[in-house]
Amino acid sequence: MFTTFLRRELAGRRRQTVIIALGTALAIALVILVNSVSTGVKDAQASVLESVYGVGTDLTVTGAPAEPGQGGGPGRFEFGADQGETTDDGSTEVSTSRLTTGFSTSTFEDSAIDTVLGVDGVSAASGYLELTNTTFDGELPDFSQMQQGEQQTGGGGTTGGGQQPPTGGFDGAGGSAFDVNSFSVIGLDPGAATAGPLSAVSLTDGRAFESGDTGTDVAILDASYATTAELAVGDTIDVGGSDFEVVGIVESTSADAETAANVYIPLDVAQTLSGNEGLISTLSVSAGSAADIDAIQAGIEAALPDLTVSTQADLAANVSGSLGSASTLISSLGLWLSIAVLVAAFLIAILLTVQSVSRRTREFGTLKAIGWRNRRIVGQVAGESLVQGLIGGVVGLALGLIGILVVNLVSPTLGGTTGGSGFDFGGQGGGGQTGGQGGDAGQMMGGGGGPFGQAGGGSTTTEVVLHAPITPSVILLAIGIAVLGGLLAGAIGGWRASRLRPAEALRSLA
Amino acid sequence: MSGNGGTTTTPDTTSTANGTEPTMTDGTIATVPAEATPAAPPAGYRLEGVTKQYQQKGRAVTALKGVDLVIGAGEHIAVQGQTGGGKSTLLQMLGALDRPTSGRIALGDAEISHAKDGELTKLRAERIGFVFQNFNLIPTLSAQENVEAALAPLGVPAEERRNRAAAALASVGLADRGAHLPAELSGGQQQRVAIARAIVKNPAVLLADEPTGALDEETRDEIMALLERLRDERGLTLIVVTHDSAVAKRADRRLYIKAGVVTER
Repeated sequence: MFTTFLRRELAGRRRQTVIIALGTALAIALVILVNSVSTGVKDAQASVLESVYGVGTDLTVTGAPAEPGQGGGPGRFEFGADQGETTDDGSTEVSTSRLTTGFSTSTFEDSAIDTVLGVDGVSAASGYLELTNTTFDGELPDFSQMQQGEQQTGGGGTTGGGQQPPTGGFDGAGGSAFDVNSFSVIGLDPGAATAGPLSAVSLTDGRAFESGDTGTDVAILDASYATTAELAVGDTIDVGGSDFEVVGIVESTSADAETAANVYIPLDVAQTLSGNEGLISTLSVSAGSAADIDAIQAGIEAALPDLTVSTQADLAANVSGSLGSASTLISSLGLWLSIAVLVAAFLIAILLTVQSVSRRTREFGTLKAIGWRNRRIVGQVAGESLVQGLIGGVVGLALGLIGILVVNLVSPTLGGTTGGSGFDFGGQGGGGQTGGQGGDAGQMMGGGGGPFGQAGGGSTTTEVVLHAPITPSVILLAIGIAVLGGLLAGAIGGWRASRLRPAEALRSLA
Repeated sequence: MSGNGGTTTTPDTTSTANGTEPTMTDGTIATVPAEATPAAPPAGYRLEGVTKQYQQKGRAVTALKGVDLVIGAGEHIAVQGQTGGGKSTLLQMLGALDRPTSGRIALGDAEISHAKDGELTKLRAERIGFVFQNFNLIPTLSAQENVEAALAPLGVPAEERRNRAAAALASVGLADRGAHLPAELSGGQQQRVAIARAIVKNPAVLLADEPTGALDEETRDEIMALLERLRDERGLTLIVVTHDSAVAKRADRRLYIKAGVVTER
């Protein structure tokens, strides 16, 4: 009788069933979508962090942000009188590169590694030095001719004849042209690749670092950078004025994400070339257990009070760009919108159920008069609400999955920028006249930007495609909400029905 | 007679049928198979000093005033009276839908006045059948399902429930209307479904509230004939509240209620 009555009621009161089910469905679809996109954004954040800090990095230790003027930077490019090559037209071509820390990158003693390894709960720690290699390529005019011209003008008055215009330079009229290109470099311990930036990469060509690489001029390149710079294993690359042999190419294990730097070289070589002997800029720390992270953070902060210790959560909060915006949007607007729609759907379901009970007063009164117990009537009302909720759940799940499918088909790309609270005036464009490699906007904006991009902000921007995952928890969430909504409406409606006194319900009597 | 004086109204007649199952084969009204509808023990009412007071807008309203009444098993009683005179309250007391403020009511050996809610519900489920002026059928259920609804609280197995409901519908001449929704039936047919629902559980008492109030004269006579026939067949105690004198005249006894006091005409 229960199922017959339930079926007949739901079919007989189709409009109410459709309204309640649809309201619940929309709410569930929205919650599923927000939940899934939120998971996708978190995955994207993790992907960005992994590409920067490496897999298994639970905490990072960095120096206090440098004050303006106190950090690194490309410094001054100096050319000796005999540097450069003179061309036929008298111009001088010069090229020099410098390896430096960024403007806001601060360094600290690498003895901190041992200190951190001594903190309880730390399973691994690896230090690395983030640098920027800036190359200055330029063409200078023939200064000797210019000087002669000045002498003639100065000696013979303003109207003196025999004056020769300057020659040489990029325009043949004494002009100068400079290209300033830069790429990011990380110096890391070749023997400790278990933590740190190279733990989140896969080797696509050549080999990985080995312990024997310490002190040698070998480099591993990011795959995207290698493609852009047209470099391959076996080629050489100028880093800080030294030629490095490319021994390997790596790419990020996260889809569509770049690795933390364009070029990786042994830490000791990087320290020497950049004049940062015994210094590192970041320490990646792996915890033995996730439960110990807070304790480890406190332990490191106590042992190294001058340094900044960040957990993954802290780092995720620092992911900015469109990914950060998406995260904020999801966590604020999406969450509250979901709650608002959910509450509205529940209220609609409850109100319609209560209204239905009121409308069915005579019906329930009659059933009570013919001997139906309260619990049977409450069960009937609750059952109807539950089924309405479940119908809404199924429809909502379908709508939500369609929404997720649409998101995944659109595959929005989000850019996440990590670190770099300092300057960021390098932008995406390349430096100098032509932009050089830095002009490849969208590939590795921070790493390949102009001279002030990577170095100035000390930040890394990574683009990831948002993928909204469909997980069992999403389906459970839909069922849970449907059951909860149904039970809530059914409980309140049933309670109302149970309070009906049969005598009052049958006012038509006599 | 009844009322404030405390005179007990006694039946003039006794039960006309005691558990037998007379059969009727008049072409439209079929017989209910005896094995599917076991005979209910006949029962009458005994009311002693029944008073019912309500609180209405902050003041006490006395709907029944010390009613003493005896209704014999199988009697056909008509209750008449002005609107607001207490007919509704009396029927609610007899139908175990409410309890008196004071006094005693018993249906056969079952005490109504002090029974718990669950006991009253059980009494209604097993022994009291209701027929309402507006039929009170569940609009979304078919005629067959409406009748089956009366057997649901008795825990009757599904197949037996179907058989008994079909037999009850047949006994009111609607064997071929089981699948119809109430809205698809005429007023008279709907009332027949309601009567089938009331009798399918073989009650001891049939309480009918203006059962012909919404029907034309011809249908009224058909319905009254049906009720009387069922009463004769099953030994039911039939209590009919009516404004219609023609209906009232068919009863064994006619009670009149005014200002909470019951008198016999």
